[in-house]
Amino acid sequence: MQQLAPTGGSEKPLLSLNDINMTFGGVKALKNVSFDVRPGEVHCLAGENGCGKSTLIKIITGVYRPADGASIEYDGEVYSHMSPVTAQDRGIQVIWQDLALFPEMSVAENIAFQTVLGRWPKLVDYGRMRKIATDALQRLGITLDVDLPLKEYAIAQRQIVAIARALVGEAKLVFMDEPTASLTQSETDHLLDIVRGLSAAGVAVVFVSHRLAEVLEISSRITVLRDGALVGVYPAEGMTQSRITELMTGKTFDQEVRATARQDQPVVLDVKGLSRPGQFDDISLTVRRGETLGITGLLGAGRTELAQTLFGMLQPAAGTITLEGKPVHFSSNRDAIKAGVAYLSEDRLSLGLIQPQSIADNLVISSLGKIVSGGFLSDERKRKLVAGWIADLGVKIGLQSDAISTLSGGNQQRIAIAKWLATDPKLLILDAPTVGVDVGARAGIFDIVAKLAETGLAIILISDEVPEVYFNADRVLHMAQGRIVGSYDPRSVPLAEIEGAVYA
Amino acid sequence: MTSFSDRLKAWLGPEMAGPGLALVAVILVFGLVSPQFLSAATFGSVAFQLPELGLLTLAMLLPILTGGLNLAVTFTANIAGLTLAWVLQANGGADAGAGAFALGCILAVMVGAASGVVMGLVIAFTRAHPILVSLSMMIFLRGLGEFLTRGGDVSGFPAFIGPLGHGSIAGVPVPLIVFIACVLAWHLLLTRTKLGFNTYMIGSNIEATRYSGINTRKVIVLVYTLSGAMCAIAGIIMLARFNSVRIGHGESYLLITVLACFLGGVNPFGGFGRVIPVFVALVVLQLLSSGLNLIGANQHLATAVWGLLLVGVMVLRFAASKFKISFVRKGT
Repeated sequence: MQQLAPTGGSEKPLLSLNDINMTFGGVKALKNVSFDVRPGEVHCLAGENGCGKSTLIKIITGVYRPADGASIEYDGEVYSHMSPVTAQDRGIQVIWQDLALFPEMSVAENIAFQTVLGRWPKLVDYGRMRKIATDALQRLGITLDVDLPLKEYAIAQRQIVAIARALVGEAKLVFMDEPTASLTQSETDHLLDIVRGLSAAGVAVVFVSHRLAEVLEISSRITVLRDGALVGVYPAEGMTQSRITELMTGKTFDQEVRATARQDQPVVLDVKGLSRPGQFDDISLTVRRGETLGITGLLGAGRTELAQTLFGMLQPAAGTITLEGKPVHFSSNRDAIKAGVAYLSEDRLSLGLIQPQSIADNLVISSLGKIVSGGFLSDERKRKLVAGWIADLGVKIGLQSDAISTLSGGNQQRIAIAKWLATDPKLLILDAPTVGVDVGARAGIFDIVAKLAETGLAIILISDEVPEVYFNADRVLHMAQGRIVGSYDPRSVPLAEIEGAVYA
Repeated sequence: MTSFSDRLKAWLGPEMAGPGLALVAVILVFGLVSPQFLSAATFGSVAFQLPELGLLTLAMLLPILTGGLNLAVTFTANIAGLTLAWVLQANGGADAGAGAFALGCILAVMVGAASGVVMGLVIAFTRAHPILVSLSMMIFLRGLGEFLTRGGDVSGFPAFIGPLGHGSIAGVPVPLIVFIACVLAWHLLLTRTKLGFNTYMIGSNIEATRYSGINTRKVIVLVYTLSGAMCAIAGIIMLARFNSVRIGHGESYLLITVLACFLGGVNPFGGFGRVIPVFVALVVLQLLSSGLNLIGANQHLATAVWGLLLVGVMVLRFAASKFKISFVRKGT
């Protein structure tokens, strides 16, 4: 299956790994993996969560030591394992997803702090730091005020600061872990330009991303891992998103448009002229019984603010919300929940679920009234309620008392959905329900959504991935800069047309 | 089918291991060193000393579970005691009747609760750190109390209050009965009520709890209110035990209450912890100081040994968690 395509000629690789094995307490995280990167190429490392991508990066950067027999050849030298110091000295840099920056410190300090470590005398030369920082930013063609604290800048600029820091270390090989996860499309385009610039300047970039469109756009080769084993190395040329997904998951996905007409059904939610200054403006929409309304648009289009307003977390400045014919005014999300509105947060880790607490407690938190017996909470009722939902939604768990953080993203999301279904909602708002969920598990989430719609639940499905709403919603609204700028019926409009409008 | 030991384990929770082991160790060591240790006298003295520290620890427990702290517990107890003392004095001092005592107790609990309400409101609405808010309340109450009492003792209470501090019913000291009733009330509150459930959830992630439709501000205010009311009960017991009230009495208990919570397996960042292990931890601390007292050690040494014990428990907990992880990994 391994096809080492001869793209880029017979150039000697900058990095070449062979026979990499890694075991964590009996679990084989990597099995005989080999991997190579050529000088100046953009190489994508693809695979589902838990496939061993991060472990591989950590072996290359010296965080982990692979099992005996491994060989790491980098820039003409052979190592049995790396150490973090060697990796850094030899120009291997990693930009982690969380960036590992210091928000309170200035841009200059963030970029240049490594250069002053371990020097004698132990004094900080701020003038020199500023010069290093300015030079590094200049190489990227960016101007930032290096004296401002980093927290003054948005996430896209912080990303650039992290890249600048990597360049200060005279990088030859830069790993980027999900660099575009929190960027808008134009910011992503800008970042991809920077990556192309690095590549042109001879710096090899290994790109890890879930967004397959970007992967295809930027990289010359793609290495696919699955369950800790190498699936193969493929040239990006001629590759398609669906083919990569198949390679990553080992399954084939035939997606079909699920949309059906629901015009004969009664209206559940009717929104007219809803506005919140600076966030969204003059939003009007309806959702009918059993209907799934898709809302797509770029990050910052006001989608989440709109959803939170419908859920009572934010209050509208103008406009009306009518639920099943009755006008409603929510002063908090408690009113909204009582009225039958549920909202699955886009931020499952910090807002959607209480990660350290148990699966059972996370599931019942919004419907505690149901497990009260004789004035007190009943463990027996809680256990039964949770067992029922777990069976209904096909969640794989160990014990109900296990912390929810022990579950995979897909199973966590099922529990989060169950938590809201337990409140008997009329309207379920799903805000980016597949964030942090493996490609393979996403289909399962949407199967649940489709079944819920069958039972008559009105659903609003929000996602910045157009194909998700296209294939799973009955109608698609496009939101941009706080307004609804387009409405599409997936049965009569091709996906490319909506993608063209959204990503333009 | 769950065996009895499994159910017992589930009821006690994983936090029980630390204080449980410490209890066994303390009883074994002192039982061997001093023959008088395992006597009614030792347990009698523990039974009378336990409630004061114990009630204050219960007052500390709820805020810690929400990820906060109530540093005003001791001075809230003093001010509540002072309230009762004044009601008694205004009604004839040593000649005051049971009605005055009942009224005084109600007012004392209300004063304690009021201090909690204020802290709770400030913490819930300004998002100020509970340490700062309760520290401010502590300083305010101390200053107020010292101003009102001129730093002196308030005494002269009717004789019938004495048994509340020193008396026994069927051989069980009255303060201990009060304390155990409060322990059970707290246990019920935390394991069987919505308020208790939400207390744990807030301690782990207040924003996610709010998104789940919980009125987190209300929960915070109630938690500090109950904490203040529990301080008042401690204040009433202290008044009865010493037959006087002085601002600053019990001040040294403040940090011990925090440590007793941690010894009882309460997570210092909130979200996890149970009442029964904390109760056992309190028993261990009292047995330890009684045992040291018995073998003639200096009282200050007892405090030092408390500190050592707590450090030891933390190291052991760390080692145990390491061991558990490696054990589980081997299993897979």
